[in-house]
Amino acid sequence: MWPTGQTGSAGQHGGAGQHGGAGQHGPAVRFDRAAVQVAGRTIWSDVSLTVDQGEFMAVLGPNGVGKSTLIRAALGLIGLSAGSVTVLGRPAGQSGREIGYLPQRRSFDAGLRVRGIDVVSLGSDGERWGVPLPWGDRLFPARRAARNRVREVIDLVGATAFAGRPVGQVSGGEQQRLLIAQALVRGPRLLVLDEPLDSLDLPSQSSIAALISRICREHQVTVMLVAHDVNPILSYLDCVAYLARGGAVCGTPQDVITSETLTALYRTPVEVLHASDGRLVVVGEPEPPARHADRHPDTAARP
Amino acid sequence: MTSSGLGWNIVADVRQLLLFPFMVNALRAGTIVAISAGALGWFMVLRRQAFAGHTLAIVSFPGAAGAILVGISATIGYFTAAIAAALVIAAVPRSLGGRAGSSESAIIGTVQAFALACGALFVSLYGGFLNGLTGLLFGSFLGISASQVLVLLAVAAAAIAVLALIARPLFFATVDPDVAAARGVPVRLLSTVFLVLLGCAAAEVSQITGALLVFALLVMPAATAQQITVRPMASFGLTIGLGLLIVWLGLAVAYFSVYPVGFFITTFGFAGYVLAAASRTAISRSRRRQALAVPA
Repeated sequence: MWPTGQTGSAGQHGGAGQHGGAGQHGPAVRFDRAAVQVAGRTIWSDVSLTVDQGEFMAVLGPNGVGKSTLIRAALGLIGLSAGSVTVLGRPAGQSGREIGYLPQRRSFDAGLRVRGIDVVSLGSDGERWGVPLPWGDRLFPARRAARNRVREVIDLVGATAFAGRPVGQVSGGEQQRLLIAQALVRGPRLLVLDEPLDSLDLPSQSSIAALISRICREHQVTVMLVAHDVNPILSYLDCVAYLARGGAVCGTPQDVITSETLTALYRTPVEVLHASDGRLVVVGEPEPPARHADRHPDTAARP
Repeated sequence: MTSSGLGWNIVADVRQLLLFPFMVNALRAGTIVAISAGALGWFMVLRRQAFAGHTLAIVSFPGAAGAILVGISATIGYFTAAIAAALVIAAVPRSLGGRAGSSESAIIGTVQAFALACGALFVSLYGGFLNGLTGLLFGSFLGISASQVLVLLAVAAAAIAVLALIARPLFFATVDPDVAAARGVPVRLLSTVFLVLLGCAAAEVSQITGALLVFALLVMPAATAQQITVRPMASFGLTIGLGLLIVWLGLAVAYFSVYPVGFFITTFGFAGYVLAAASRTAISRSRRRQALAVPA
């Protein structure tokens, strides 16, 4: 059972769809003929996709094609030039507390002398003005409940052993667990992750993918995840949106990641091979654009 | 026990320290400055804006020299110049990621050099206040008046009140700017407000330690405390405590000595930092050795 603390959201996660409140029914995310322009250039257009509640959905595609833009549009951080986006039954940008967001990043500075548990706590009350009173936990039950909630999510993501260490000194996979805990601390109904597996080693990639899938299944949290490599998450996915060449194709992984679909999407011959261990390999995919750094300044040094 | 010089009786020494009003004012001013510098310095070290902080302090030197040149109070010059410089630095567009970019540090460096040159010009235009120059650059506690203490107190109280209001979102925006922005924290605005507060603190510290030694109170206590503990509340409290300790010790020793107060404050801060860093290295080494000796 999803521990909800005192945030007033109790019961939302036990069975999404059984409650009558706004946004409880229907899809978690719906793009309807949406288009986005950045600095006068159309990034993608005519994108229609639907993510049902409780689904694990991946946004795939080569670098620079607008995957991050897609989820930023879903979060309401950038406006559409055409079409509409609905998130949890409301227009994008109006479901703030019910969305956990993990932006794309490389890592925390190695010298940052802040504990993992503090980073997770910021997820619960970081934007509140003022200063938390020292020893407030003993005086205010709400503070105590929030503190317990932080411990619960840290335990849920398996970060208890290293949450007390400076966050800059734990490994990339461990940092990613802490950041997932931070995104989960308020009990969101939708978890949006931008390249959470990026720059992790292979064992960390598969364990983080398994963790996200477990959160999705056991706690009925809809997951929308951006990736450029489908293999670590392929076995967990319910649906896929493949972005390329200014458009998108959506559906189940079996339908989308095929030679025919990708060839049509790229307008160049693309072949999907099935390796003996069940992995998919996409061959013939056009090279990512040379200048990728203009929209990802933090990741300019990425290979 | 004679009435001058340092003795072994600590009570008598302290009583002797408090004998003269200028020394009482210096201790009051030092206390105010240590608290505000510690509070702002803690965030500055965490935000890695030490270079900006240093520039704000350097800029306060031509501010004070210029104020003296045109015949107004140096205190006004300190604050005006530092706050103006804070607004200029805040106006420099940051790299999109939120961290200080290389273009920012280049601009800050350029401004800093020009400010120092202006200060030198103002001093030579005024002519013949060489003692004053040393005081502006390396600190002096002899000339602190009661009204100056009041100004320091008012500015420090206002700065700390604003800092208390924005502390938690500022911490969020420092540690995790992307998520903070996605959560609706006004990251850019907080950065500007923080720079102005830092300008106030740098101008305050300049008046005790001189423009060149502000880091003694702005960086050293915070850096030392963050070496000792990673708990935010504990290291914040420790920063203020260390700042008070080194200011009081520095002023007391300077009283019984002929050498500048800035030297002593800086030396105590430096010693504290070296001790903390060395013991942390030693502890982590011995822990590693233990971990190797007893495989889990």
